[in-house]
Amino acid sequence: MSIRIGKAAEAPPFQEAARHALEDSQLRHNMRHATHVIRNKRNNIVGELPDWEQLRAAASAAKAHVMRYLDLYLEQFERNVIKAGGHVHWASDADEARQIIRDLVEQHGGKEVIKVKTMTSEEIELNPELAAHGITPYETDLAELIIQLGEDFSSHFVVPALHINHLQIRQIFKRKMPLEQMGLSDLGEKPPELAEAARRYLREKFLRVKIGVSGANFAIAETGSLVVVESEGNGRMCLTLPDVLITLVGIEKVVPTFQDLEVFFNMLARSATGERMSPYVSVWTAVNPNDGPKEFHVVLLDNGRTRVLEDEEGRQALHCIRCAACLNACPVYGRTGGHAYGAVYPGPIGAILMPQLQALEHSQSLPYASSLCGACYEACPVKINIPEVLIHLRSKLVQGKQEHIGGKLSRENIGMKMMSRVFQSESRLRRAHKLARLGQGPFKADGVVSSMPGFSAWTRSRDLPAIPKQSFREWWRDRGRQKRA
Amino acid sequence: MLVSLFVACYNDLLFPQTGRAVVKVLERLGHTVEFRSAQTCCGQMHYNTGYIRESEPLLRRFVETFRDAEVVCAPSSSCVAMIRDHYPKLAREMNDPGLVADVDQLVPRVFEFSEFLVKKLGVEDVGAYYPHRVTYHPACHSLRGLKLGDIPYRLLQKVRSLQLIELPEKEECCGFGGTFSIKNADTSQAMLADKVRTILDTEAELCIATDNSCLMHIFGSLHRGRTGVKTAHIAEVLASTEGEPFV
Repeated sequence: MSIRIGKAAEAPPFQEAARHALEDSQLRHNMRHATHVIRNKRNNIVGELPDWEQLRAAASAAKAHVMRYLDLYLEQFERNVIKAGGHVHWASDADEARQIIRDLVEQHGGKEVIKVKTMTSEEIELNPELAAHGITPYETDLAELIIQLGEDFSSHFVVPALHINHLQIRQIFKRKMPLEQMGLSDLGEKPPELAEAARRYLREKFLRVKIGVSGANFAIAETGSLVVVESEGNGRMCLTLPDVLITLVGIEKVVPTFQDLEVFFNMLARSATGERMSPYVSVWTAVNPNDGPKEFHVVLLDNGRTRVLEDEEGRQALHCIRCAACLNACPVYGRTGGHAYGAVYPGPIGAILMPQLQALEHSQSLPYASSLCGACYEACPVKINIPEVLIHLRSKLVQGKQEHIGGKLSRENIGMKMMSRVFQSESRLRRAHKLARLGQGPFKADGVVSSMPGFSAWTRSRDLPAIPKQSFREWWRDRGRQKRA
Repeated sequence: MLVSLFVACYNDLLFPQTGRAVVKVLERLGHTVEFRSAQTCCGQMHYNTGYIRESEPLLRRFVETFRDAEVVCAPSSSCVAMIRDHYPKLAREMNDPGLVADVDQLVPRVFEFSEFLVKKLGVEDVGAYYPHRVTYHPACHSLRGLKLGDIPYRLLQKVRSLQLIELPEKEECCGFGGTFSIKNADTSQAMLADKVRTILDTEAELCIATDNSCLMHIFGSLHRGRTGVKTAHIAEVLASTEGEPFV
């Protein structure tokens, strides 16, 4: 089974996609503005908590515990959902999950579904599957709606339309919404006017469509409950108004008890949007007579997660609570935007999650899409050591390459092997110093090297300091001689 | 105190003046400096690029070279972060209990230069004189790896006639990241352009840091743009006196 997540396998390498993204001045401005606003809000609101580091440690320990006993907690969750009158489906990959959800919709004769923002649905590419079978999915999260109407792709998993601004949103709404039917003669540029248009567009769908599809932030084993945390209230609508509710959730989202939410609720909104708590937290347990949906299905999605679990070092990527604090903190993401990652999950967490969820060969450039500056690790509420996992994945890629003759003979591999050998002997190092000094000779001018064959990736935009006449070790040796003399 | 200098491979070749500055400061403070010439490289570049097997002999060599040193002082925050954050784990992966024991005993005796002055020697005023307007870039490994905090600022504030200007958005990475600067040259350059912009905004004459690898990157753009702004390692600033200016 070769798992592919979304279109990631066909995406160009990060460095190529990034090169184009970096030239988009509108994108650069939008990204810089948006990530700085969220980052500053997050820093201020996290700074209020004197015990933030203890909370991080507790959250990290709770997640590590769940991963260790994941099988037991999932079975407990299943039993409790069934006991409460719900239905549980297990999907080993995206194909199975899509089939299960489509079958459920078709069994109820559904031609439309309303959706709460869900990353797992993006992961399995549910919308195109439903559309191909005559079922119209309506995204109800404002940003997801903008993405859907704009026929765009999400670039951030908390604020998916981060890369576009309100003026661009207005153009999309004007193009795609039946404004006159909605009782609007024109559409202004102000955010409240755009929000009003979205409200009118969506309200009618909330009241009409009978099937809802959601994801979940947490699944509670001891009660069989599910939790959705959101800002707009559209989620609450989708979770309560339809007759049938289908929830697609990754198996790593299970937590043992209701009490465990205490730590995560303290951290999620602060990390994600810089708020003390999210405006809407919905918790539900299967079905209740005369209240909410009459039928409830939960689809538990593996899609590569159990394989990630096998890797002791890499499995911490499954601790992610999708707050996206690492995206907002990342200097790479903040400049390239999310699309350059060619991934459902972009940014630092995406760079360690995507190569693990799907076969590593489909996302070889992602583990290198980081300067290892550590801002992601510092921002992560559950303390995922992203730089450490990036290095781990790089080493897996290197070892894979070294198994083939092409990789062995690559410039990088030969260079790295040679340098490792040079550094294993003092005399070889002295000779290498002399050789480097000689080699730069023809390219040196005014104390710098501005272009040199083999170094163009650096020298295209940056000078290199020239190698001085005397290395430190030569100076030290001469100094010792002079002292003795 | 007998201080063993680990100069770092790139300083040895490209920035020997930084090593000389460390020697000058420590000797001025009355300590003895030794340079064990068997030293080469900590293995950071190999390790961070994923060539972990190739970094293993370099760890072994470092440990063999410095095993019996009283203290090791290195003017490179990223090398010390490599040693402190990754050596214990890497040694365990090498399945050599003797090596693990050596690493565990040696690592707490390895210090970054500014940290060594303030935390180990308890010195903030090293008697330096540096009549220049400077700004300080907290290199990522010094900031988030070693968590040096205000240590470098405390040292710089005690330098006579030095004017220290706060660098805006100082915690942003300069975009070097070792082989990142080559493999993702465009993104690296985009990060560097913003760093250079903030440096120029301070109207400083020099940008100071605890790590010449970041400074090499920043210098590369400052010089290419003929901005006239220079870079210097913090050791070089601290080595300067009124009688003997270092840089």
